[in-house]
Amino acid sequence: MTMLGRLTFAALEQGPIVFAAQMLVLFGALGVAALITYLKRWKWLWNEYLTSLDAKKIGIMYLVVAAVMLVRGGIDALMMRAQQAVAVGNNAGYLPPEHFAQVFTGHGVIMIFFVAMPLMFGIMNVILPVMLGTRDVAYPFLNSVSFYLFTAGAALVMASLVIGQFATTGWTAYPPLSELAYSPGVGVDYYIWALQISGIGTLLAGINFIVTILKKRAPGMSLMKMPMYAWTVLGSMMLVVTAFPVLTATLGLLTLDRYLGMHFFTAGGGGNMMMYVNLFWAWGHPEVYILVLPAFGVFSEVVATFSGKRLFGYTSMVIATMAITILSWLVWLHHFFTMGAGADVNAFFGIMTMIIAIPTGVKIFNWLFTMYRGRVRFTTPMRWFLGFVALFTIGGMAGVLMAVPPADFELHESLFLVAHFHTMIVSGVLFGDFAALAYWFPKVFGFTLSEKWGIRAFWAWTVGFMLAFIPLYVLGFMGATRRLDHYPAGLGWNPLFIVAGVGALVIASGVVCQAIQLYVSIRDRRKNRDLTGDPWDGRTLEWSTPSPVPFYNFARTPIVAIRDPFWAVKYGLAPQTPENDYLSIELPRGSGLGLVIGGAAFAFAFAMVWHIWWLVMLGALVMLGALFVRFLDEDTESIISADTLRRFDTATV
Amino acid sequence: MTRDLLVPSVQVTVPPFTERREITLLGFWIYLLSDAIIFACLFATYAVLHVNTFGGPGARDLFSLPYVLLETFVLLVSSFTAGLGALAAYRGNARQVLGWFSVTLLLGLAFLSLEAHEFVGLVAGGHGPAQSGFLSSYFTLVGTHGLHVALGSFWMLFMLIAVYLRGLTETNVRRLTMLSLFWHFLDVIWIFIFTIVYLLPFIK
Amino acid sequence: MNRYLFLIILGIMASIALFALSLGGSHIVLFSPQGYIAKREVALMALALRLMLIIVIPVFALTFAIAWHYRAGNAKARYLPNWEHNRLEEAIWWAVPFLIIIALASITWTSSHALDSYKGIATSTPALEIDVVALDWKWLFIYPAQRIATVNTLTIPTGTPIAFKLTADAPMNALWIPQLSGQEMAMPGMVTELHIEADAPGAYHGLSGNYSGAGFAGMQFTAHAVSKSAFGAWVAETRMSTSTLDRVTYASLAAPSENVAPERYVLGDPGLYTWIVMKYMTPPAASSTPASG
Repeated sequence: MTMLGRLTFAALEQGPIVFAAQMLVLFGALGVAALITYLKRWKWLWNEYLTSLDAKKIGIMYLVVAAVMLVRGGIDALMMRAQQAVAVGNNAGYLPPEHFAQVFTGHGVIMIFFVAMPLMFGIMNVILPVMLGTRDVAYPFLNSVSFYLFTAGAALVMASLVIGQFATTGWTAYPPLSELAYSPGVGVDYYIWALQISGIGTLLAGINFIVTILKKRAPGMSLMKMPMYAWTVLGSMMLVVTAFPVLTATLGLLTLDRYLGMHFFTAGGGGNMMMYVNLFWAWGHPEVYILVLPAFGVFSEVVATFSGKRLFGYTSMVIATMAITILSWLVWLHHFFTMGAGADVNAFFGIMTMIIAIPTGVKIFNWLFTMYRGRVRFTTPMRWFLGFVALFTIGGMAGVLMAVPPADFELHESLFLVAHFHTMIVSGVLFGDFAALAYWFPKVFGFTLSEKWGIRAFWAWTVGFMLAFIPLYVLGFMGATRRLDHYPAGLGWNPLFIVAGVGALVIASGVVCQAIQLYVSIRDRRKNRDLTGDPWDGRTLEWSTPSPVPFYNFARTPIVAIRDPFWAVKYGLAPQTPENDYLSIELPRGSGLGLVIGGAAFAFAFAMVWHIWWLVMLGALVMLGALFVRFLDEDTESIISADTLRRFDTATV
Repeated sequence: MTRDLLVPSVQVTVPPFTERREITLLGFWIYLLSDAIIFACLFATYAVLHVNTFGGPGARDLFSLPYVLLETFVLLVSSFTAGLGALAAYRGNARQVLGWFSVTLLLGLAFLSLEAHEFVGLVAGGHGPAQSGFLSSYFTLVGTHGLHVALGSFWMLFMLIAVYLRGLTETNVRRLTMLSLFWHFLDVIWIFIFTIVYLLPFIK
Repeated sequence: MNRYLFLIILGIMASIALFALSLGGSHIVLFSPQGYIAKREVALMALALRLMLIIVIPVFALTFAIAWHYRAGNAKARYLPNWEHNRLEEAIWWAVPFLIIIALASITWTSSHALDSYKGIATSTPALEIDVVALDWKWLFIYPAQRIATVNTLTIPTGTPIAFKLTADAPMNALWIPQLSGQEMAMPGMVTELHIEADAPGAYHGLSGNYSGAGFAGMQFTAHAVSKSAFGAWVAETRMSTSTLDRVTYASLAAPSENVAPERYVLGDPGLYTWIVMKYMTPPAASSTPASG
């Protein structure tokens, strides 16, 4: 056993396409480092962001990681579309099967874990505490640890691109394909550790936000006076703390199979691979709702604000949210009706799946009736909402169709299924997150985003999406399964794959529009500055603060008498908040220990992948040591005096 | 259908901000819930795989009830002493805290040695976790519990030093409360392990 | 902005043209099912789709009608900023989807049982058993009664229920012949069942539904449905094959290979299928070849 375990130079040499990717990652990272050095921003970055325990700053960092990973996952998507557009008949395409498999596995893992999740957590961190009228999350240090564990996972996926390779199993990593017998390389190990580490970060964040919502709300804000977004986050986080342990356990068992020769999911040896499939989806299905619920919450806020009207059927919405939360635990088997569970079991899970359509439908009707008798302004967030309703309804219909087991037999693992879940996740999750970004951007950065480029991005995404995925629905009906690196000519699939490829390019142009939007908005930031703190005629507490939100959020603790408290006070429906005096407050001091823990976790995981046992020990010891240092430090808060607060507050008004 | 939304000049009573202790404890309870779900997965795995002996020995061939009863007894007593330690912490009696938690720690270590002895015996007999699905699930379920006890013991050692050096500060009492909760939790998990893994095969 | 819209419309027109192209070739195989099971499964889809449209069409219409009518610029639209609740309306949209789901649920229950893939097709013709083994990366079809076997090609008689018994000597796969029936998974150490029946003679495309590794895309085959007499002739012809499938030839067949050409065998070892399944169930000492994993 050498010092570097099974890591050799061979891990770096993998042909021209991978070489280009390696250079892109390497020079990308070096370029960013050089730019920061050139701008002399290292110290600022360290003090203001990397060591910050302010949820708003942590949220921004989540969003930055999400943006980087979106580009990576997007490139994967374009590579897949390009391959499938050309690899017909005798043409094997430009990607060898092993590489194609890494690309589709990477795309799935990245888009779910390292784009959709950080977008959700980023938005939550940035806005939820402010919305609840509190100064921070329940456990600010834990929040930083969560972020860095998540980032360590993302870094591990990127590392697999440069050193070695990623899993070739598909993002679900079904055994026995993911077992040592069929995947002896490092790919599955990268997969396991990237998900395990970021998953633990997510679990901790889940605990953090549940306690924040339950215990840190502004005085007077009873549960039924919370903004709808807070309810949906609560539902989502309840699923996080119950579903992610299942992922932790499942990945742990797969690890034991691969590292210690155990027989949980192996073919032979007394293993049971169907158990993995059950466990994976017992996490995997709640995961879908973990992502989609907060997006529903965003839409509730956006629709109410841009219709200038109270959210219709608030109580119904709360019931629907909680119903979805609970039901999402009872449907996992619909991911494998074809595994032979028998008619009774299949029918039960099929019916449970359909039942979820009821509360979801109720939500859509309530949004429609929020617009009804309102004054609808077609801003970018509102457009994302309308695009969502159109696409989500179609995707939902496809979903209910596949909830009928015998119908699913004909559509399972086909491109129809791929089209279905992309419709749900792109329209339900990404569009929601994009709406949230456009909506809350001025609150976080103090200036609004360019509407022109936002609307262009919206059209490119929506039209591109239809071009890319309507062909996939049709291809499913043509009998095309997913993950084919080539297919026979004469099946008539090729034209549709080409249309889908064009659609992917149009979506990519949407991402370019978003980049331009960001650039243009930063360039014109003085012109678009939000001086009022309330650019959209908002309803909830975050709009009562100046933009950007000061680091202490609220100089004086707001008191809530009614739902939509800011709107109510603004239009004289509720009395002004009683003038309570300024009180001194405690805020957490910055700490670099989260970064240390994340870094050590990365080293630990990387060493596990390559069997570098000394580094495994070192990484584990550094993590434990950092925790000890933190526990021993009883002086973690700094105090802002009432006078200072008064001075800040009057200066900003 | 417009409902009058005007709020009369209500005096909103301002409840005091929730205490730190309460916030920490709620989070810890949620953590315990998550951990319980990990164990639930391992129990489910055991339930599925315990028949998959792959030609190797089954539970009845390998386990000895009296030995496990001894382990159970040690752990149950340690849970009791941990409870006494926590009560002493609420009363503010640092000496008793040190005493009871030291006893708990010793019992915890005794439990771990008993378990390690059992594992070593199985592996030496050629019945390691790689032999069959049944043994994989057995070692993992019981071993994960053991790992928790080991981590709890480290935590306890850390708390003993912290209480010895700093006394019963607010932070220390809060952490002792969580530690004793954790210890009781492990006890509950063990009762399930005892019943499902060790007792049931002998009842059937 | 106008130019932008123009491009969008152009894109949509182009894709519609391409759809028409593929429709003209009648490549949408699920719209022309040719088997007892597939016909019922597709009919079920059509029924479920119609039920859902009862909700979906109004939602679509309402979304855009409401959004447009209540646009901020429309002075004629009523504005009630605090109107937030109406028990009757909310009851309607809890109840209507609920009723539709009850209808769909009863359809789901009955169809799940009627079209259970383990359930044989009830006809007077006795079923033909075919044992399927998913290998790295090809399909092996064993006809135990006929004592023949084929690789990456399947021939079945029309009007006869076919009882597939599926297993794998490789990672998970799923057998799918879209025009004849839906999928069923094939897993090592396990036997799952799938019953189909082809109504009309023809050549139907078949493939694997579950990704199984590098050669997965090559696991494609043609299922030839032929008349009963033609099937008998085909069996007789296959019995003349010079290749014999026993445990020795199986070992080389089972080694990973990609894009394998169709092949026919005489089945030399009638216990082969059971052995393939059982070698995952017992320790290596009990079987002649070590189990992988």
